[in-house]
Amino acid sequence: MARTGAPSVASAQMRRFERLPWRPIILVALGIAVAGIVVIGTARTLTLPSAEGGYSGGAWRDFVVQGAAQGAIFAMIALGYSLVYGILRMINFAHGEVFMAGAFGSLFFADAYAKSGFLDRSPILALAIVTVVAVSISAGTAILLERLAYRPLRNAPRLVPLITAIGASLFLQNAFRGFFGPQPYPFPKPTVLAGNLSLGGVPVQRIQVLVLLVAVLCMVVLQWFVSATSTGRSMRAVAQDKEIASLMGIDVDRVIVITFAIGGLLAGIAAVLFSLTFEQVQFTMGFRPGIAAFTAAVLGGIGSIGGAALGGFVIGLLQAVGPPLLLTGFGIPSVFSLRDAFVFLVLVLVLVFRPGGLLGTGEVEKV
Amino acid sequence: MKHRSWMTTLAVVSVMAIVAASCADDTPPVGTTPPDTGIDCATVEFGCVEVGVDEPINVGVAQVIVGPDSTLGQDQVNAVELAVDYLDTAFDGTAGTLLDHPVTLAVEDEGCSADGGAPAATALAADTSIVGVIGTSCSSAALGVADTILGDKGILLFSGSNTSPALTDPALHNPFYARTAHNDRIQGAIVAEFTLGDVLGATSAATIADESPYTQGLVAAFRANFEAGGGELTGEEQVNSEDTDFKGALRSLAEASPDVLYFPIFVAACTLIIKQAAEIMPETTLVVSDGCISSDTYENTGGAEGVYTSTPDVTVFEEGDFYANEFLPAYKAAYGDPTAVFHAHSYDAANVLFQAIETVAIDNGDGSLSIPRQALRDEVFATEGYQGMSGVITCLDTGDCATDVAIGIFLGPGWPIAGATAPPDNVYSDTKSLDEVL
Repeated sequence: MARTGAPSVASAQMRRFERLPWRPIILVALGIAVAGIVVIGTARTLTLPSAEGGYSGGAWRDFVVQGAAQGAIFAMIALGYSLVYGILRMINFAHGEVFMAGAFGSLFFADAYAKSGFLDRSPILALAIVTVVAVSISAGTAILLERLAYRPLRNAPRLVPLITAIGASLFLQNAFRGFFGPQPYPFPKPTVLAGNLSLGGVPVQRIQVLVLLVAVLCMVVLQWFVSATSTGRSMRAVAQDKEIASLMGIDVDRVIVITFAIGGLLAGIAAVLFSLTFEQVQFTMGFRPGIAAFTAAVLGGIGSIGGAALGGFVIGLLQAVGPPLLLTGFGIPSVFSLRDAFVFLVLVLVLVFRPGGLLGTGEVEKV
Repeated sequence: MKHRSWMTTLAVVSVMAIVAASCADDTPPVGTTPPDTGIDCATVEFGCVEVGVDEPINVGVAQVIVGPDSTLGQDQVNAVELAVDYLDTAFDGTAGTLLDHPVTLAVEDEGCSADGGAPAATALAADTSIVGVIGTSCSSAALGVADTILGDKGILLFSGSNTSPALTDPALHNPFYARTAHNDRIQGAIVAEFTLGDVLGATSAATIADESPYTQGLVAAFRANFEAGGGELTGEEQVNSEDTDFKGALRSLAEASPDVLYFPIFVAACTLIIKQAAEIMPETTLVVSDGCISSDTYENTGGAEGVYTSTPDVTVFEEGDFYANEFLPAYKAAYGDPTAVFHAHSYDAANVLFQAIETVAIDNGDGSLSIPRQALRDEVFATEGYQGMSGVITCLDTGDCATDVAIGIFLGPGWPIAGATAPPDNVYSDTKSLDEVL
């Protein structure tokens, strides 16, 4: 009996072992490990003497403001990705180039205004005109993309418009290189935006204040537009079910065009803010912000307006604050070289725990 | 079913075609060899380039001609074109001939990166008529990429602007790689010497490097010499050359308030760092190197006001009659003002190559030529005391052909660049030999 009982005990133990809820166990262990690294890294960094690489309070304040301002721009671009995904369930990989097109459009007006002195004499009016131009070009480019590249493929398998979007992105980049050359162009900044502003005794760059104000304003207006206007309601209806929305009398094509136009509009405004911040325009300028914004949209929950906005700010702050806060304490040199790796690691961790993103539905979709 | 059988047939034929192509003999064509040359093209390693009657001698040019760093490469393409023009001893806009053969240039874009260097070198290596290649512009396109791809075929890669120490490090040097540009061990040493010297009198410095071997080499040379000279390095950051936002790294470095920030980075990122550093660390003196010098950087930073740059000392070139009175006027007439500073080096590289071709080419007696690749490489490496525009050229076994180098430090807006609003303002200059710094 003893000889026959031993294997059955072992197999019963094996079955109990196999029946353990491994996924939550691994997730909890991973969560504890990540939390431990965050707590230890943060504590070590914050207690590091300045002589050994510790940062002052002023440095942390600057990191946060820089990250928030950069994140605000990512958020505005991310909204374009998220809006289009919400309606069409496709990733418009050419959205970074929509952003770049707006920057080029605004450049020539800004440059002319700077040379004539109009930019410094009437900065508000000049920047308003420059922004209208950028918005018109970005929105126009987005509408043309939808009409020429995506609409004919609306009923094709999902991989087809995805690859078309990558092709459109490359086409736009090379078209602008052909039109304007490969060199970077200086983007003029009005004198009123140079230097710092004192907010409660804290010096903050004026351009960063402008970026944050404009971005928040745009998001509030977008939220109102989507939730309170009839066009916004149509957009939400189409996002839920195109066929039913069509049966209810909604012009789906028109709604899709409006969605692309709004994404382009936000990208145009972001392009002006980005150009004013970095004072440079180039045909490749849409690629990296586009990738960051796409990451932000996924992190926040793609398809969710609030998620895209939150994701943008989180990515910006993670890039600016994350590496020095968590890595410096471990003695890692040149922590900012790891910021992209850091951001994507955080993205992976967030998606492990919340597959739908921070504000997403949790629904897992194959892209 | 019928459709599927056609597909199968097509797939089989495609696979057979690929296999056949990969098995094809890719050794260069060999021709008959006159008995008195001592070289048998059929058996000599890497064979010979055959130049038929009335066929041109084909020289490859691998430079960055597209993208934000294109001013660096286009400047050198222009110089090589002028070297071809001057084969008839006159800058008359008419290409000269070499051994009674016209010279053609096969220009490929190397993208200033390993990703760009690989396809450019592969394309040139696949062309069996290529005698040698003038390039690359950027060390990252050459190191372990173009030098290896071309070297494996016995094609000489001769650069006028690669300056990374790694390329001529005996442990890494490809035998078919040489350069007329200086080794950055010299430039890094002179920048450190300048930084610690009377002009700046700095005692502390921070550095920013990107992923390129050019930047890594210069920063390493600067660090070693700066610390050896008693300076304190307060911080080092590593960035990605495709980034646009460097404010975090700059703010981090600003914590220690270094006297000098040294960032020998290429045009696009360099321009952005100059602008962002001016806001974040206005008290710190900014120093860059020749990879940053371009008309684009100059224009986009408003004349690089207050920014020091190290570069081959063009004021030394200008002391030469040929450069000042013949080459530069011809360059300006053909292409406008030079957009970068390595045209003299690439012009010299082309001429050393042409001279070597003249020496080693075998005249087959019927107007055709056979150019043995190994002998051509050996002839270039045997160059000694050649008086070029960029200085005296003597090639070492490791491929360094600029052994005594004058490096100048220029203060913006007096950069030696096309469209500069002030004349070149050479605030410091020194000449060092490789022996002094290696």
